[in-house]
Amino acid sequence: MQVTMTVNGTEVSRDIEPRTLLVHFLRDTLGLTGTHWGCDTSNCGVCVVWVDERPVKSCTMLAAMAGGKSVRTVEGLERDGELDPVQRGFMECHGLQCGYCTPGMMMTARWLLDHNPDPTEGEIREAISGQICRCTGYSTIVRSIRWAATHENSSSIESPETAGSPS
Amino acid sequence: MQVPSPFEYERAQSVQHAIALLERLGEDARVVAGGHSLLPMMKLRLADPEYLVDINDLREELGYITVEGGEVRIGALVRHADLLADENLAALFPIIRDAERLIADPVVRNWGTLGGSLCQADPSEDLTTVCEALDAQCVITGSSGQRVVSMAEFYRGPYETAVGEAELLTEVRLPIRPGGASAYQKVKRRAGDWPVAASGVAVWLDGGTVTDARVALTAVGAEGVVDVSDVLVGATPSEEVFAAAGALASAASAPVTDSRGSAEYKRHLAGELTVRALRSAVERALSSTP
Repeated sequence: MQVTMTVNGTEVSRDIEPRTLLVHFLRDTLGLTGTHWGCDTSNCGVCVVWVDERPVKSCTMLAAMAGGKSVRTVEGLERDGELDPVQRGFMECHGLQCGYCTPGMMMTARWLLDHNPDPTEGEIREAISGQICRCTGYSTIVRSIRWAATHENSSSIESPETAGSPS
Repeated sequence: MQVPSPFEYERAQSVQHAIALLERLGEDARVVAGGHSLLPMMKLRLADPEYLVDINDLREELGYITVEGGEVRIGALVRHADLLADENLAALFPIIRDAERLIADPVVRNWGTLGGSLCQADPSEDLTTVCEALDAQCVITGSSGQRVVSMAEFYRGPYETAVGEAELLTEVRLPIRPGGASAYQKVKRRAGDWPVAASGVAVWLDGGTVTDARVALTAVGAEGVVDVSDVLVGATPSEEVFAAAGALASAASAPVTDSRGSAEYKRHLAGELTVRALRSAVERALSSTP
């Protein structure tokens, strides 16, 4: 069947098997491997992307069901070459160890901050409660999202590693 | 990699179209809404439909929450996140927010639907219990029109409902009765897990006396609403009365020992959670009436 959707602002149209899951469509058909594929049972949340502005576990949605809808993946967080504050927060605060859960965590974090710009630690933990960090690095993930909340409007012209260092 | 067996995908343009598709495709067709129960079952081959009828485009027809004529009407395609966020529902039926806060996890709640949860009829599913406690009516639509059934008729047992092959659950109606309040109490091991046990309660008071009460249980093998009228109706709420009702809930449960806990523990929870839910519901009823 033919499926057409908007992915990170670009319309894509592909011929797929109806049983293709959205996560595999993004990764294997479109080559957007930023979205990870983990437990396959909607438990771990590494596959979280947005469909029509709502985070979803893309291992539990058919690509066909996303037809006609707007999908945003971790590749769509960066704007005009600038990293999203959430991405910068994860760099600043060591929000990732192995990095496997990171794309899903960041997509949920972005959605949380869009709806609750100043979340408490408890609200952040609730928001990511359906996602598993196998390295158990939750404290730094929460800290990264708090960092993003307090740096939403700051520029990211300097990358975090070089910020403050002489040019 | 877990993927479903091959199937044909159809997207419904209206409720009537969905029903026409189901009639034409017969018993090998299944409706998909949020898909968060059906797709995992298809991956495991516990469900193996030849056709999927996607009803997610029917938001206008099935995505409403309205208060009218002494009842709340909720379209079957309303998602968990919307049930959780709705302030009218939280004020009228606090049991809904109690339950929704603990259903699956926030991302899953973005897509799972009321209708999908009820039609899946998982014995560990929370909204069936909520609807039983609130004495909900379910509107089932087929090609010959609508029929309205009680929860006792709707839920026929694990994974079985009154919805026929070529029918759709389209609406849930919750009656608004004065002096009422409700609560849901659940124990689960961690975020996203199924409950070990849960209890849903609705009570109605008049001048400090209980005039009616409904108790329903989740995941403990109880059938339908627990009859607590003997100890609650006509009583003045007290810890002793709650304990007596909890004992009835405990006795009405028939749990099995599994990885979530022993039968004995779950039976204990059925009673204790009923006591806590009653305490909470009565407190809410008394604080909302002057």
